[in-house]
Amino acid sequence: MSKVYIALQDNDESRYIAEAIEEDNDGCSVIHQPAMIRIEREGKLVINRESVEEKMGRDWDVQELHINLVTIGGNVDESDDYFALEWNQ
Amino acid sequence: MTIEIKTDAMEPIRHTYDHIARRFGDKPASRYQEASYDVEATINHHYKPLWAPDKLINDPSWTAVKMNDWHDLKDPRQFYYGTYVQARAKLQDVTESNYAFFDKRNLGARLPESVRDETLKCLLPLRFAEGAANMNNMYCASRAVSLIVRQAFVYAAMDRLGTAQYVSRIGLLLDGNSAETLVAAKQDWMEAPQWQPMRHHLEDVMALTDWFETFIAQGVLMDHYTYSVMFQAWDESISAQGGGDIAMLLEFMQEWFKDASRWDASALKVVIAESDQNKTLVNGWLDTWRDRARAAVKVVAETTSMDVEAAFVAADADLDKRLKKAGI
Repeated sequence: MSKVYIALQDNDESRYIAEAIEEDNDGCSVIHQPAMIRIEREGKLVINRESVEEKMGRDWDVQELHINLVTIGGNVDESDDYFALEWNQ
Repeated sequence: MTIEIKTDAMEPIRHTYDHIARRFGDKPASRYQEASYDVEATINHHYKPLWAPDKLINDPSWTAVKMNDWHDLKDPRQFYYGTYVQARAKLQDVTESNYAFFDKRNLGARLPESVRDETLKCLLPLRFAEGAANMNNMYCASRAVSLIVRQAFVYAAMDRLGTAQYVSRIGLLLDGNSAETLVAAKQDWMEAPQWQPMRHHLEDVMALTDWFETFIAQGVLMDHYTYSVMFQAWDESISAQGGGDIAMLLEFMQEWFKDASRWDASALKVVIAESDQNKTLVNGWLDTWRDRARAAVKVVAETTSMDVEAAFVAADADLDKRLKKAGI
């Protein structure tokens, strides 16, 4: 199976998001590139609103993800509570 | 000729300050971490506080609560100066426009007489309670250890000054800037029998030396009852009588309380989880102050038109739930 990935601009906000992703997705690899954080994982990646809110210490709308989003790979499944990437079989 | 663009990743020599890296590992740290952790001097103090000869500067013995590391009381809102100011500026923008709207439309003039009277009698004297809360929070900030804890109290103290000002402005909106409502409110605070238990409670809290007890008596108990009864239940009651315009002016207090409760709850939880000894201490303080705080607010609530019993049932249940969550 191929990897899904997401890349975020490396800034104060994305660091919390990356931390939340790292915690919620066992075995994902976080690659710090110049000005960008790339996160990859075999199969599936999930960003949960609750985890990000806990890291940031404030309310967070999943759509705010787009402010810092550089690129994604995978089919998107999103709701008010999460944003998930997965290759449809 | 072809030009080949090549990127070259340069690893920064260090990701954060050494003292932050020792705590969290050498990776990019958040602003909150960099601004808050291990900033205070803990050894080699140049001066002793001459006003307390048996203590050192930043002395943990100002409270009987023992923590291995006071830095464990992380603020869930992650407020350092920058984020705190931004958050409050946002809240204040909304509040200012509410007050401006109230003033521009002269909404004070169409308030029912009974609501206006209640506002003057039951809300305005709270500006002095807010002043006391400011002092009590400042005391906690001055005696606590670690910037993590201190800054949360300083921000709370500043917020209380802000709230006192907003309450005063409600008076000014209703008396056409003559300030006569504020003079009357001072009189009530000093002399009216319904305000004396609250004044007594707050002044006793000012005289405490253990700052964590101050925090329990003020932040955890008094604020809980004042805000859930006087700013929330009362607000609903006057809204039902056509005083919804006043409710617009209380939005700041309600939002603030929601925000402050997050810090109160998390600080309490960490301290209780640390040791049984802490838990016993906190329990003792809750027993000492809870009924007094409750009774003090109740006397005031009884002079209003709200359903006092229902308000206190809700406030008690809410407090029990919060304390249970914190581990009591």
